[in-house]
Amino acid sequence: MTMVSATADIASAPARRISGRRLWLAALLVFAVVVPLVSSGYHVFQLTQIVMYAIAILGLNLLTGYSGQISLGNGSFYALGAYTAAILMTNAKLPYWATPPIAGAVCFVAGLAFGRSVTRLEGLYLALATYALGVATPQILKLDVLERWTGGNQGVVLSKPTSPFPSLLNDDQWLYFFCLGAAVILFIVAWNIVRGRTGRALIALRNHPIAAGTMGIPVAAYKSATFGLSAMYTGVAGALGALIAGFVGPDSFQIILSIGFLVGGVVGGIASIFGVLFGAAFIELVPDLTKQVSEMSPSLRWLAELQYPAYGVLLIATMLLMPGGMAGLVRSVELRIARHLHHPPRT
Amino acid sequence: MQAFLHQLLSGLANGSIYASVALALVMIFKATHHVNFAQGELAMFSTYVAYTLIHAGVPYWGAFVITLVFSFAIGVAIERLLLRRLRHASALTVVIVFIGLLVIFNGLAGPLFGFTIKEFPTPFAPNASYGSTYLSPHEVGMIGVTLIVLAIVFAFFRFTRLGLAMRASAENPQSSRLVGIRVGWMLALGWGLASVLGAIAGMMAAPSVFLEPNMMVGIVLYGFAAALLGGIDNPWGAPIGGFIVGVLENLAGAYVVGSHLKLALALAVIVAVVVFKPSGLFGRTVVVRV
Amino acid sequence: MTALLELTGVDADYGATAVLRGVSLEVDDGGMVALLGANGAGKTTTLRAICNMGVRVRGAIRFAGRRIEGLATEDVVRLGIGHVPEGRGTFLSLTVEENLRLGAMLRRDRGIAGDVTRVCGYFPVLRDRLEQQAGTLSGGEQQMLAIARALMSRPRLLLLDEPSFGLAPVLVQEIFRILRVINREEKMTMLLVEQNARLALDLVGQVFLLETGRVVASGPPQQIAADETVRRAYLGQ
Repeated sequence: MTMVSATADIASAPARRISGRRLWLAALLVFAVVVPLVSSGYHVFQLTQIVMYAIAILGLNLLTGYSGQISLGNGSFYALGAYTAAILMTNAKLPYWATPPIAGAVCFVAGLAFGRSVTRLEGLYLALATYALGVATPQILKLDVLERWTGGNQGVVLSKPTSPFPSLLNDDQWLYFFCLGAAVILFIVAWNIVRGRTGRALIALRNHPIAAGTMGIPVAAYKSATFGLSAMYTGVAGALGALIAGFVGPDSFQIILSIGFLVGGVVGGIASIFGVLFGAAFIELVPDLTKQVSEMSPSLRWLAELQYPAYGVLLIATMLLMPGGMAGLVRSVELRIARHLHHPPRT
Repeated sequence: MQAFLHQLLSGLANGSIYASVALALVMIFKATHHVNFAQGELAMFSTYVAYTLIHAGVPYWGAFVITLVFSFAIGVAIERLLLRRLRHASALTVVIVFIGLLVIFNGLAGPLFGFTIKEFPTPFAPNASYGSTYLSPHEVGMIGVTLIVLAIVFAFFRFTRLGLAMRASAENPQSSRLVGIRVGWMLALGWGLASVLGAIAGMMAAPSVFLEPNMMVGIVLYGFAAALLGGIDNPWGAPIGGFIVGVLENLAGAYVVGSHLKLALALAVIVAVVVFKPSGLFGRTVVVRV
Repeated sequence: MTALLELTGVDADYGATAVLRGVSLEVDDGGMVALLGANGAGKTTTLRAICNMGVRVRGAIRFAGRRIEGLATEDVVRLGIGHVPEGRGTFLSLTVEENLRLGAMLRRDRGIAGDVTRVCGYFPVLRDRLEQQAGTLSGGEQQMLAIARALMSRPRLLLLDEPSFGLAPVLVQEIFRILRVINREEKMTMLLVEQNARLALDLVGQVFLLETGRVVASGPPQQIAADETVRRAYLGQ
């Protein structure tokens, strides 16, 4: 399966590019800290969602972008993480801040187990199997035998985390920073993994799975480990998502969720850690976009109905115009600027 | 015994729908090596078109034929206008595009036709003579229509020039060009045909599952399971896989699992095939070229 | 005699790698021409350039006087060019007869069945195998099938890419003998790409020698064979 060009290898990024990246990173951090402090509750909610989705999409990117396994079923790990958080809070009476790590651990194990069983699958078979997983998840969640924990159709209501510094941050803002903290930690971990030996092994796996095997890379072990890692990230996102929504119910985890993660990953740029943020913003804001545009004027009211078709059109347009996602587009712009300034482009 | 026979035959009737969907999936897979994730939504959309025609006064079989023409045209259009640009795109890109199509068609159905669940008529009257204790007239009709359609499709591929050209294009596009075949148009034709199969499946399923935007989601999952079971690159295997999966669904639903776990059952079939025998019952073993 | 096929100053590349540089050659109507050269010289690329198969071309390619660069492969073929590709390009899962019928895909006349008989006359071994799946044929049989398939469209020009590849010399002799018969009886023009220089030199009337994408020698086979440098480099003498 051909992926984004070799420039996607962050592990080999030259020094000059990194200092440019450092600037962006700093700007991003400033934005991330300042904006929620001055925004309304709804916008803080959206930002929190974006941060949470970024974690989930990062998980998927590690799987698909770096080890080349397409998953359309990560929503099931998200659901697992969310329900784990819910059960821990309601049944085990654990505090909210303990739930994401535990959810992550549970999902890591689950992902490892699932990954082990599907290691031999390539491309489309894996896509189909994970698609089936994603479609079947709500039904599995409604199983009678699990109702004691899952709350069946009604689901479980969660109490919202309260801010320990009510004078500085309201509850929404606190939850935002909590998620942001989790995200920063997880991003750093992912960055280190990707830039190290593991990352290179994964990229070798993605581009030339058979050659990688002959080079002594234990293919099956890496693949299932990546699945576990991906599931872990998605599970943490699920737990955070449950805290944000204050509720878990089987119908919150339909196939569109798994689809959303893949969309976010590809639109952002599947082999890029920074593209993840763009992708997360895309899936949080764009489905709503047509609705918001429609509210701008009575003559545009009909647009509200067309959110999903518009979303689909945007997806296809993105694939036609920027198949490398936003990260790919940024990279090609960077290359063009570098050439224009007579600096030899680093490939 | 009677109950078992009833479940078995009823399963065959359901299986006929999965057979059509599976065949459509296999046709596109053979020609393009892609799985058409939007198959179900296209079928659902076509069924809505039929519904609109019927409610505008067009007699059933007239609406049926017009819908087939419409879905054929949409299939061809999707290939010629969209997919042809993605001939060299990565598998991931193509998956996203199919998902985009899925979302578009699913998203258009509600606004265009309404979200309420609708009843879809069957041309096989409930008290017709060919019904029996085991099968309702509609179920007989479903099996009959599917068998006729399968026969036509197979005869087309086996005995006509165009069918030969399409088979050749799917197997070896380069050699096909070297004998003068316009491979791009053959792909478009394949898409049109697959679309038609999907529309037929939708119109046959709608009287039982009722017409609503998500009606094909579960059916398509079973279609995937059937296609994999029969061998994703084997057009003969697809309908056989469909009938097997239909019977399995019914028997398991009645005796083992309960009807509210149907999707989980499809998942189990898919995972089982894909883990133990990815080439399915009749597919060619996948050889990976180093 | 006029040139049926004419390449003038053709450059060809596959994106980053330039393969042909300024190649010029002609194939006269009714003639048999060999394009020789070592592995990687650009022989296959030349044939692929003529049929526009994944190669980017600059320069002029004329067929019966008409410029054909940039035409889609299927349109080039429709003009009357048959191409027996590298690797034979057999439709492995289809029967031998279906392979032959595909060769006649462009014809609307009623003579197709008759032509199946005709090509089976050239390659009798195919006649017994008409219902067999083409993938089960031996290498030599598949080569014959590939040529027969190309003949079914009654082309004016036949391009053959290494028809001797992987075949025992006796078989190659037989195939070359049949090609000579076809050229004589049907007046079919042929351009043959070959690594096996020796056998090709006996077959054709004109030779072009390709070396790293350039034509370094051309002329009748006796002249080429007499050239010292050529003999040492390509004929192992």
